[in-house]
Amino acid sequence: MLEIKNLQARIEGKQILKGLDLTINAGEVHAIMGPNGSGKSTLAQVLCGREEYEVTGGSATYLGKDLLELAPEERARAGVFLAFQYPVEIPGVGNTYFLRTALNAIRAHRGEEELDAMDFLELTRKKMKLLKMDESLLKRSVNEGFSGGEKKRNEIFQMAVLEPKLAILDETDSGLDIDALKIVADGVNSLRAPDRAILVVTHYQRLLDYIVPDFVHVLYQGRIIRSGGKELALELEAKGYADVEEQTAKAGG
Amino acid sequence: MTTETKQIEELAKREYKWGFVSDIEADSAPPGLNEEIVAFISHKKDEPAWLLDWRIKAYRKWLAMDAPEWPNVHYPPIDYQKIVYYSAPKKKKQLASLDEVDPEVRKTFDKLGISLDEQKMLAGVVAVDAVIDSVSVATTFKSKLKELGVIFSSFSEAVKEHPDLIKKYLGSVVPYSDNFYATLNSAVFSDGSFCYIPKGVRCPMELSTYFRINAANTGQFERTLIVAEEGAYVSYLEGCTAPMRDENQLHAAVVELLALDRAQIKYSTVQNWYPGDEEGRGGIYNFVTKRGKCAGADSKISWTQVETGSAITWKYPSVVLQGDRSVGEFYSVALTTKRQQADTGTKMIHVGKDTKSTIVSKGISAGRGQNSYRGLVKIAKGAENARNFSQCDSLLIGQRCGAHTFPYIEVGNPTATVEHEASTSKVGEDQIFYCNQRGIDTENAVSMIVNGFCKEIFNELPMEFAVEAQKLLGISLEGSVG
Amino acid sequence: MRVLKEDPEALLSRFAAFESGLNGAKTAWAHELRRAGLGHARELGIPTTRNEEWRYTNVARLAKDAFELAAPAPVAPEALKPFGFSGLGGPRLVFVNGHFDAQLSSAGELPKGVVAESLKARIAAGDARVQAHLGRYARQAEHPFVALNTAFLLDGAFVFVPKGVQAEAPIHLLFVTTESAAPAVSHPRNLLVFEDGARAQVVEHYAGLSGGAYFTNAVTEAAVGAGANVDHTKLQQESLEATHIASAEIRLARDARYANHSISLGGKLTRNDVNAKLDGERVECTVNGFYIANAAQHVDNHTIVDHAQPHGRSYEVYKGVMDDEAVAVFNGKIFVRPGAQKTDAKQDNKHLLLSRAAEVQTKPQLEIFADDVKCTHGATVGQLDKNALFYLRARGIGRGEALRLLTLAFAEDVLKEIGHEALRADVAERVHRRMEATTALRSGA
Repeated sequence: MLEIKNLQARIEGKQILKGLDLTINAGEVHAIMGPNGSGKSTLAQVLCGREEYEVTGGSATYLGKDLLELAPEERARAGVFLAFQYPVEIPGVGNTYFLRTALNAIRAHRGEEELDAMDFLELTRKKMKLLKMDESLLKRSVNEGFSGGEKKRNEIFQMAVLEPKLAILDETDSGLDIDALKIVADGVNSLRAPDRAILVVTHYQRLLDYIVPDFVHVLYQGRIIRSGGKELALELEAKGYADVEEQTAKAGG
Repeated sequence: MTTETKQIEELAKREYKWGFVSDIEADSAPPGLNEEIVAFISHKKDEPAWLLDWRIKAYRKWLAMDAPEWPNVHYPPIDYQKIVYYSAPKKKKQLASLDEVDPEVRKTFDKLGISLDEQKMLAGVVAVDAVIDSVSVATTFKSKLKELGVIFSSFSEAVKEHPDLIKKYLGSVVPYSDNFYATLNSAVFSDGSFCYIPKGVRCPMELSTYFRINAANTGQFERTLIVAEEGAYVSYLEGCTAPMRDENQLHAAVVELLALDRAQIKYSTVQNWYPGDEEGRGGIYNFVTKRGKCAGADSKISWTQVETGSAITWKYPSVVLQGDRSVGEFYSVALTTKRQQADTGTKMIHVGKDTKSTIVSKGISAGRGQNSYRGLVKIAKGAENARNFSQCDSLLIGQRCGAHTFPYIEVGNPTATVEHEASTSKVGEDQIFYCNQRGIDTENAVSMIVNGFCKEIFNELPMEFAVEAQKLLGISLEGSVG
Repeated sequence: MRVLKEDPEALLSRFAAFESGLNGAKTAWAHELRRAGLGHARELGIPTTRNEEWRYTNVARLAKDAFELAAPAPVAPEALKPFGFSGLGGPRLVFVNGHFDAQLSSAGELPKGVVAESLKARIAAGDARVQAHLGRYARQAEHPFVALNTAFLLDGAFVFVPKGVQAEAPIHLLFVTTESAAPAVSHPRNLLVFEDGARAQVVEHYAGLSGGAYFTNAVTEAAVGAGANVDHTKLQQESLEATHIASAEIRLARDARYANHSISLGGKLTRNDVNAKLDGERVECTVNGFYIANAAQHVDNHTIVDHAQPHGRSYEVYKGVMDDEAVAVFNGKIFVRPGAQKTDAKQDNKHLLLSRAAEVQTKPQLEIFADDVKCTHGATVGQLDKNALFYLRARGIGRGEALRLLTLAFAEDVLKEIGHEALRADVAERVHRRMEATTALRSGA
């Protein structure tokens, strides 16, 4: 589904990604772990087309298309979804209205008919239950005045409604207490499907107790230095990043 | 006193001589303005002598006045002798069908969701009268109002049918000598509307559909007078979301609102006159004087405006809070794009005790637009416990526009509480990216964010007007993003 | 613009008299500057209230009263006692009726290369640094009183802090006016130059030694170099009959940090103009003011914070306490010029009204020509919090003292920003004492 080759990117003249390779197939859940500043969030932002990041080399092919060529909204319509680390507040724009506009833009791209307000309401009610969200959140402005946990739940709720093919979760666990983490993880797990891939970007192993990945990659200084199964996350938890870096350096040197 | 002002004073005192030479049968007056032209207009409209006197007084006063220079707008001087001040209401050129209408205009109609019947009327495919007659709702509407004793008619009609009311209230809020443009309007006003709500009557419907149809032909120097007697209520809608083109560049309207004890007037405007092209050619100069007087205790006047059109907008819908516990409100959205300039805001003059006013102004600047908020909050000496809250927010889109805030606050009573807040911000790149990431393109994202920014104001508009105003904002912003 | 033209003959003859008295101080370039100032003064006249900048402040009287140029006068050192600051340790320059008085001044300790001297002396000595800056920043072509000051430019302070030098001790510039038979005017002119990376603190201090309806018309120009850090306090304690008009024109280079604290306690009619131009990237600028007025005092503060370059940050707080029939006028302009992206500007103006007859006219004004900026301003007018007052009284504090405490707390936002601790305490003490003289805040009131 997604094939990243030798991806390099920088922001404000600073090179962050220095040749990253990663292949994700439909139905798989991948986790990218790494210390602060290793380039995890950069990868998420670059894949979604944030303009502040300049791609200086490499490629990303998504469903046979050059992903990096597409505008952010084209990527979204093609099924790439980013759950933001810091969801943005948009004062005065209703959550429901926002999401319906998004859904209909995506449906139009797929050649499907627009959902009317009634059908949409029914759909959202169903999905809200999934995330144990209070319906009153729908009536508020996008993320405005939401608590940290509510914002993160709202991201996964949007994912549930938009039904992407490739979902990227950027530090979705940050700022969540254990109960909220479980709810978010349950939501994500219910969205696991054979035709859908999920990329979880996280600093801590904690989230991976609940969203169990098929593959774990360690990102360090802009490159993936190790890949493995879910047990790699546990190893990281036990030994810390420093140890893994050291081993890798030895193995490589 | 200089000799110049002496001459003007004398001129102003001079009795008007009834010796005019213009051909009264003519359909229009020659360009230019003098006492004969003023008399010509008055005679054409078959007005009583007192009204002609009033116009002449205004005209003489106007001669001694200068056009205001303080607004933050720039335009070449207007030659008032080149304007035609009277022409008989022309029948618009009748078009065979909507297919003959400018496709651009039709596109806008469609985007706004204006009904086909109404489109035909607005575009001049059918005569306005025909539409009024054919729209049964308007007819039932009229009889319903009559039953309640509500008077709602054109200004000229009211002068003939209710001369006592007009004589009593005309100029009672905006005197003929008020300011350069209001005084000019007082001398030459063409037509407008008169609305009178008797004691205790709550006008059962928004005065909207009917007026919208009427509004298409109101002309250049419009005059509106609304009087709400004790305990009366009226909600009044002015203007039109459809793009309005007019050959007359200068529009100088006057609106007077008078609310007696416990009366409430809600006045909503959507202004979408032709803004001129990208280079600033053409476009309407909209120089309007709007003022309401809360004359009675516990009365309330509320102005809501959505200003997206005109090359230059100069208007400050104001409220004089004379009655104790009276309330004044001003809610405004002003959008300038292309090379539009707007200098708009309000005045809240607190005179009575325990009076309250609220100002919420949202200015949006895009393209090369220049948007100024100018407001005055004045607390007079005797206005015990007066309260004002003002909030002025500006949103900038692009690097060539400007946003300006000029709030004047004058407080003469220590029991007053006056609060003013203002902020300026841009449409956030992270907000746009967030929308993009959910599949919404940038133009829609900006329109969505701008509408969110204006939400408090749209909430004040009657439902169907609010929906149109939102769409209008989106259409006005088209092409100004990116 | 409509102006009152002063009798041109009178202005010219006064200038002629001034000119003939200049003798040695008639350096050619400085005299060019005066003549240009005279030209502007004649053109601009005395503004009327039809001039937007003078809408609420009527200075027409100044066109009528024939103010004679104030002459030097002997002053006993004891007379200056009330206007001294303790614990500053820096030099004090004393000017009597606008003329430098070496006897009353003291050198204090200053790092090498720092200059704090009479401007007249430096002009006479042909100091190239004075010539390079004087008249470069002040708006003599636009501001009628700056024009007048420039025409009659004679003396004032010249402060110079060289590159990288840290002058920790505040430099105290004290301008006193003595009693005179006829109404007299002085035109102090100060030039403050801080080179790149310099650090300094300056206190500009105006005081009346007796009552009297004199007129002080001061102008201060300040050039703050790249990365320099300057704390500038102006304390105005003129006679309650005096007219005090002062303009400060400040130019800030990149990465400079500058704070202006304008405290007005005296004067019958006060008009301050503070204009700070952020003329380089990443400047951080504070423009603060506090004023307290009673009786028929009129205090007018006009400020301009002009963001001309990107990444500038400015903070402005002006607060006034008005008693009796006092009138406050505030006009704060924030300009963000095209290209000054990432500007962050905050402005706040608050007034307390303590009496029925006091008045406030305020106009906080934003003019923004760049889109990627954050600008906010707020203005409030109101009374002291009644609940807080009650709370204090319920704890046994007398009404007068409670009012003074709350008023001082109100002033705290401004006072706390004054950089030098001893100076801050001293200014706060003077504010506190000033309160005793107002009706509402008097002890036992």
